[in-house]
Amino acid sequence: MRENSATYVRQTINELYTSESRRILATLIRLLGDFDVAEDALHDAFAAAAEQWPLEGIPANPRAWLVSTGRFKAIDSLRRNARFDSSLSQLADELQADTPDPAQKLDEGVEDDQLRLIFTCCHPALPAEARVALTLREVCGLTTEEIGRAFITSGPTIAQRIVRAKSKIREARIPYRIPSSTELPARLDTVLQVVYLVFNEGYSASSGDSVTRADLSSEAIRLGRLLKELLPEPEVLGLVALMLLQESRRNARTSHDGELVLLENQNRALWNRAYISEGAALVEKALSTRRFGPYSLQAAIAAVHAQAPTPEDTDWTEIVGLYDVLLGLTSSPVVELNRAVAVAMCDGAEKGLKLIDAILDRGELTDYHLAHSARADLCRRLGKQEEARISYLTALALTKQEPERRFLEKRLGELGSAG
Amino acid sequence: MKYLCLVYSEEKKLETMTDDECMEYDAELRKNGQCLASESLQPVRTATTVKVRNGKVSVMDGPYAETKEQLAGFYLINANDLDEAIRIASSIPPATVGSIEIRPIRELLSTKGERRLL
Repeated sequence: MRENSATYVRQTINELYTSESRRILATLIRLLGDFDVAEDALHDAFAAAAEQWPLEGIPANPRAWLVSTGRFKAIDSLRRNARFDSSLSQLADELQADTPDPAQKLDEGVEDDQLRLIFTCCHPALPAEARVALTLREVCGLTTEEIGRAFITSGPTIAQRIVRAKSKIREARIPYRIPSSTELPARLDTVLQVVYLVFNEGYSASSGDSVTRADLSSEAIRLGRLLKELLPEPEVLGLVALMLLQESRRNARTSHDGELVLLENQNRALWNRAYISEGAALVEKALSTRRFGPYSLQAAIAAVHAQAPTPEDTDWTEIVGLYDVLLGLTSSPVVELNRAVAVAMCDGAEKGLKLIDAILDRGELTDYHLAHSARADLCRRLGKQEEARISYLTALALTKQEPERRFLEKRLGELGSAG
Repeated sequence: MKYLCLVYSEEKKLETMTDDECMEYDAELRKNGQCLASESLQPVRTATTVKVRNGKVSVMDGPYAETKEQLAGFYLINANDLDEAIRIASSIPPATVGSIEIRPIRELLSTKGERRLL
């Protein structure tokens, strides 16, 4: 009997750690004013639970117990260390004076604490890579090793990035706050950038052998969904939709031997319909407000593709229209390129080719392999073999991903046999 | 006439000095009324740079790095946190054509643990 209850307690604690530790950490950071102190407090709290709960039973409000215990242990620890550093005892006094009310108070605003944590980790005053590392570590709970593996860097390098970021937060006094309503749009943008960057790292690894790294993408979607729960702004919905719609094609994107499969050749039966419905619904919601932005529009474009039963059913006119709106918001040459590809589908390859050449002639996207491979493809369709060959070669020289290289080489080979 | 004296150094070289000498010199200059303002800055890793272009404030980690831009002035401010400092800095008019580097101030501390009495 004793064995069972000890096992049950241990199981409960493990589950609590998995589901609650990040939220508890967010609250402890607010209460204690420091990331590292809060992390120590979190571990001390769980250690205390492992010791006390088998004897005392699981408390009625485990999360509040853990927050409360973590906080007291941190103050205790500060007092002990104050013997060596007198400034710490003043800090301990301040923290203790901030006595929160009973358990319920600690539960309130837990979503606020999570938002505070996300916004702080994504603060624009932190270097871009540090924001990603810090968010994955503090909000998602990944280890530095896991983050290192995902970004093809070493664990210690990531750890150092995180240490420096926390130092800057402390030394420059980056506040633990949800941005004010005037600051919110710009600040939310940096958060969405971080989330999408993580997703893209998982969706198409920037170099190396396999085209996708699934774990990062699901982490990004999880983070996006959390953000949507906390802050259901249109662009948050738009980003979650975009990620779901892109992720819905994961199983169809590569063949069983690791070869790249273009959208028009993908087996649509392999697309994740649940993700597509969820994504499409979010797009509708986002577009129905007047405050949608680039992510929502990109998601809308992805939804048009996703909802076409066959490639031939794709509503390219709608897609071009959406790109027109998108270009109105963000003058990006990559968006222009994608629009050109869509125009080619509507109005013919010649029109599309003119648009792509206009971009390249301006000196933009000259180092972007997709611009050259898109150009090559249109030249090929128009029977312009030599021009296609040159563009495929340029694209090859610019891409580091193996599956993409094999795809381009194959196309080059096909040109040779047709010529 | 007023002059601004800017202290430049490789951070590693400064690390070997204690604050005592600086505090002594500072106290002397303040006593004879010649020092109007003086502070030590936290290291460059704590710097943040702000620019305003087309009405949009952009915030970047790190010191200003444009070689074409030259030092033009200074504001020594009080702010509760970096966000407030960023708000203040972004409203400095030249922010729209140049950059404003924000560096937190470091309190001087003597080897005996004393702070400056200002």
